[in-house]
Amino acid sequence: MKRLLRPVPLAAIAATVALVALLAYAVAQNGPNRSIDDAIASGQRPAAPPLDLPRLDGASRLSLAALRGKVVVLNFWASWCVPCRQESPLLERWQKTIAPRNATILGVDVLDLTSDARDFVRRYKLTYPIVRDGPGHRLSAFGVAGYPETLLIDRRGRIVATNRGPVDQHYLERTLVPLLRERA
Amino acid sequence: MRKLIAVATIAAMLAAPAVAAAASCPRTTLGDVEDEVMCPVCGVPLNLATDAPQANRERAFITDQIRQCRTKSEIKDALAAQFGDRVLATPKPTGFGLTAYLLPIAGFLAATAAIVFAALRWRRRRPRSAAATGAVDPQDAARLEADLQRYDL
Repeated sequence: MKRLLRPVPLAAIAATVALVALLAYAVAQNGPNRSIDDAIASGQRPAAPPLDLPRLDGASRLSLAALRGKVVVLNFWASWCVPCRQESPLLERWQKTIAPRNATILGVDVLDLTSDARDFVRRYKLTYPIVRDGPGHRLSAFGVAGYPETLLIDRRGRIVATNRGPVDQHYLERTLVPLLRERA
Repeated sequence: MRKLIAVATIAAMLAAPAVAAAASCPRTTLGDVEDEVMCPVCGVPLNLATDAPQANRERAFITDQIRQCRTKSEIKDALAAQFGDRVLATPKPTGFGLTAYLLPIAGFLAATAAIVFAALRWRRRRPRSAAATGAVDPQDAARLEADLQRYDL
């Protein structure tokens, strides 16, 4: 035991413990954040994390805070994502329906080339607001691990539902329509 | 003949800027860049992400940049502008990224110091052997003497 308490073995043990701790931290960081899903599963409506990003057209920035009072369908997508190609026309149709009811789709283009994303928007004639998160900095805050993923946010800025995959007509009818009836 | 010379002169004049541009264009290749950048979605270096759709778009972007005569450094900067610094396989040697370059050097120096320290301690602890002192064991001396007499030198 005395031998272990000498400076050199002690330093070696400390270095090994530090390396193992660093490895454990890295593994924990790589896992998807499921705190939002867990809170919703337990009947809560967790506050949406802050989101303030440049618009895809580069004109200005748009934040979730600026959309407070509206129902927001927050959709994470990328132009290279195959299911996003099927989902986007559906979201565009819904945008036309919900916009007069003080609600909006908000697209977040992630890990994508700006030019590809703009081509995508032109090809599918998307009119809803789209912001760009090229480095994907905001993904972990929203627990996004795949593409597309959609979160429904109520008029008070709280997350009501998550859909880890492409949304369909039935899902939006079931979750979004009741949300539109709620008041701020 | 005059016509031929005129045509050749015009052709040379038209080709000259293109030749000059090609000569000044840095010889960057896709392979040069591919192993120094990441596929951000796949989480592996781009040269290992063979079939991922995002990786293919990234390759197309690099190829387009090469066509525009960009250097490797300029292409990496352009990729970082699109995807952030996480697209770079090796961190930039500034700020916290500097630790990636300094830590291996520090580790090497620490390991060398530890080896030298251990060697010095081992040498200090080792008992002085007979060979080191120059004295001959009496038994060995007697056996040697006997051998010498036997051979009658």
